Amino acid sequence: MDFEILQKVAMTKDEYDRLVSMLNREPNELEIGIVGALWSEHCGYKHSRPLFHNFPTEGEKILTKTGEENAGAIDLGDGWCAVFKMESHNHPSAIEPYQGAATGVGGILRDIFAMGMRPVALLDSLRFGPLSERNNRYLFNGVVSGIGGYGNCVGVPTVGGEVQFDKSYSGNPLVNAMCVGIGRVENLLSASASGPGNPLVLVGADTGRDGIHGATFASVELDENAEEMRPAVQVGNPFLEKLLLEACVELAEEHNDWIVGLQDLGAAGLTSSAIEAASRAGTGIDIDVTLVPRREERMTPYEVMLSESQERMLVIPKREHLDDVVRLFRRWEIRADVIGYVTDDEYVTIHEGQEIVARMPVAIPTDPPMYSPATMRPLELDALHNQDFNIIPDVQNPEIELLNLLGNSNITSRGMIYRQYDHQVLNNTVVLPGGDAAVLRIKGLKQGIAVTTDCNARLVSLEPRVGSSIAVAEAARNIVATGARPVAVTDCLNFGNPEKPSVAYQLEQAVLGISDACRKLGTPVVSGNASLYNETPVGQILPTPSIGMLGVSDSSADSLTIAPKENNTLILVGADFIQSIDTLSGSEYVTQKLGFPAGKPFIDLDYEVKVQKFVLDAHKANLLTAAHDCSEGGVAVALAEMALASSLGLDAKQIDCGSRVDASLFGESQSRFIIATDSQESLSFLEKMLQDSDISFSVIGLVHGERFRLGPIDLSISEMREEYEEGLYKLLGS
Amino acid sequence: MMKAAVVVFPGTWSDGDCTWALQNIGIDVRKVWHRESSFAKDELVVLPGGFSYGDYLRCGAIAQFSPVIEGVRSHAAKGGLVIGICNGFQILCESGLLPGALVRNKSLQFRCEDTYLIPGSNSPFTKNIKSNHALQIPISHGEGNYYADEQTLDLLEEQDRIAFQYSNSIGDVDQNSNPNGSSRNIAGIVNDGGNILGMMPHPERACEQLLGSDDGNQIWLSLLEEYL
Repeated sequence: MDFEILQKVAMTKDEYDRLVSMLNREPNELEIGIVGALWSEHCGYKHSRPLFHNFPTEGEKILTKTGEENAGAIDLGDGWCAVFKMESHNHPSAIEPYQGAATGVGGILRDIFAMGMRPVALLDSLRFGPLSERNNRYLFNGVVSGIGGYGNCVGVPTVGGEVQFDKSYSGNPLVNAMCVGIGRVENLLSASASGPGNPLVLVGADTGRDGIHGATFASVELDENAEEMRPAVQVGNPFLEKLLLEACVELAEEHNDWIVGLQDLGAAGLTSSAIEAASRAGTGIDIDVTLVPRREERMTPYEVMLSESQERMLVIPKREHLDDVVRLFRRWEIRADVIGYVTDDEYVTIHEGQEIVARMPVAIPTDPPMYSPATMRPLELDALHNQDFNIIPDVQNPEIELLNLLGNSNITSRGMIYRQYDHQVLNNTVVLPGGDAAVLRIKGLKQGIAVTTDCNARLVSLEPRVGSSIAVAEAARNIVATGARPVAVTDCLNFGNPEKPSVAYQLEQAVLGISDACRKLGTPVVSGNASLYNETPVGQILPTPSIGMLGVSDSSADSLTIAPKENNTLILVGADFIQSIDTLSGSEYVTQKLGFPAGKPFIDLDYEVKVQKFVLDAHKANLLTAAHDCSEGGVAVALAEMALASSLGLDAKQIDCGSRVDASLFGESQSRFIIATDSQESLSFLEKMLQDSDISFSVIGLVHGERFRLGPIDLSISEMREEYEEGLYKLLGS
Repeated sequence: MMKAAVVVFPGTWSDGDCTWALQNIGIDVRKVWHRESSFAKDELVVLPGGFSYGDYLRCGAIAQFSPVIEGVRSHAAKGGLVIGICNGFQILCESGLLPGALVRNKSLQFRCEDTYLIPGSNSPFTKNIKSNHALQIPISHGEGNYYADEQTLDLLEEQDRIAFQYSNSIGDVDQNSNPNGSSRNIAGIVNDGGNILGMMPHPERACEQLLGSDDGNQIWLSLLEEYL
């Protein structure tokens, strides 16, 4: 066996032997390519799938079975549904940031319209190394322009997301793109190749040599030679994507009786697309590679089958509607070619003209080996948990500390980014980016949807299980702060090399932590993706299980923002204002002071649920005028953000900060919101509700004037604004 | 009753938003595919935002040769009303139906944000606007920096053809309020006949308070007042 052939698809010798025994013969190079791609970590989830059974996946509003379709579907009522999914495009973005990020957006859009739904929102969860390094600035600028370049051209608004910086992401940025689609329940399409004899129609772009081995590339560590993998990065054509989107949505909305299946071509191209569609239907497929329209001459069957050229879809029409389907795509000026047909033999057969060039049971490529590697709790965790914060003297100049935090890369305004994204096209965005979650109305319905992404990887690194629960809880808090109910989760599990016991531990604990929180909050995991081997020669990334969450608002017109009005009273709920020193655990403030994150993250999920329920009840009772989640930077930053959003000051000079002023101002304990209310009567009512439900709270003070006065802090809105709004520009040196 | 024809190029994405906004104030809308070329005399032709044919070359550079733009030319020549928004404005300039050009934003970055506009011009698009405040209407473009030579700019001013200028929220036209580096803060202009308006901001997005502003409706209402 030629070892190089195996290496190209990252297949191990053991896996090769497994393949030989399943086939009962030696595979040829094309067969190795096909199986290798589908058995790659990226397509086969070899190290993550054995953990997925932990996830809660069912709920009364869930219309799909997790993992069976391209994305999860949620019932919104009145015959409408939403589908959503998040997916990673990390490795391509590391070496070609613009195209890597752009095609990440393209890929997630296709996952959504493959289900027959119209994409209505995009979000991006991003991670980079510190912007003080030139290469990280290059990656950051490339990724942000790539996301904008693609999304803006396709005409789907980019309404939210998050970005965090940590040195572990230097050279291995994370680009997780999430898309939400909306449509009628009866238009939900399946990605299955049923009905033997039905044709397989490839629509969209011609097939080129771009992106070959992309799935493999996504499944290995980035090394010094990563740059050489640039040809494995695809190039996007958002204009063609827009045409595909319109044609597929029209097909779903007006003619879904013409087809049995619609499937996107993503990682591993035609190979995974066709084989997965056959596997779902329990059928076989027969493809003739000479029928695949090419962009380049003399492409081999191997190249055709493994190309990851973008903007392609596989349509499986009913035989009698083939001409109708081809006509529909041609009307949108899109190429549509029959490249094969569905068979009943449960085999994947690849022809090159008359000659059979690969043939094996569908069950082989779709049955990757599963690994549950040894896990080991990282030894350094105990020392980090026991870190004594008393060695940090209490804050001397809280005003300067607050200004520093407002300009800190992990906290400062993301306006510089989202101004580059069209976040309003389609006329649905009711709560714009810049707050906790974005809210979209659904035209013709009272209901709306709220969407967010979240993950504080620092907390996950300190205690993977608890930190991952916190990621879910915080995403839910973002949703709740707009007045919407959290409904379901999609996740993107970004980790290092799972063959290392410490990484395997992080991955396993993260799945458990997500599951704990999703169970308590009643938000099943309906779709997701894993991206492992996020390592550079310097080390692995912080464990980053990005959480994408969808919430439902009963009335999008009544959504809350983070901006209170003049003379509103602000109340901290979930905790007393005075906090003890241990609440500095994992905080941005402590990370700055020590130079590394430390402490033991903590969350009481039952309490979290209670606090969130209180906020929703209070909103329903019309008692709130604004709400904001307390997260990075603590109460002081949350209050400052509210002041900046409303351009109004705060009168809370008299508030007692206790014996550790830094903990009360900048500590990051969980389950906290700041809420605003506009009358004494409402305030009394809220206080009673809080006491009855046994939730701690502190009245902070009045929204008023132009100065922000919080205990020892007395700053003008404009000096805070300069730090907050110029932060990213300054860090980028522009 | 006023009617509108919303033109759809393959890469147009504001056709739905324009349709929504126009229908909301009672205007009858039909969509017109880029291969068609005939318009009724009394139709308001809308060239919406988007990326016409992908705009990989220069925004609107290919669109100017399309059948539908031939139709727009003859519609406009007969005095028919045409409004080009964002990419539509770019196409009107590329086609020579409006003077000047839209070049890359001064920041070199795409910008999506609210702007405030001071309406001007004696055209039917703006002359009945009664707002007592600057209009709050968002932009969303990478190439919206209006450029024309000084002579043309002077002529536009003299002939009262500057339809909108970027201002701050209280209506002062200053450089801080110019989101893209446009000459003289120009956000929109009309042709010498006053029947063609090109503007970079998206009035169809400022069509409901729920979305943050309904000031964009002022343009449609001005037209309705003129042609009812």
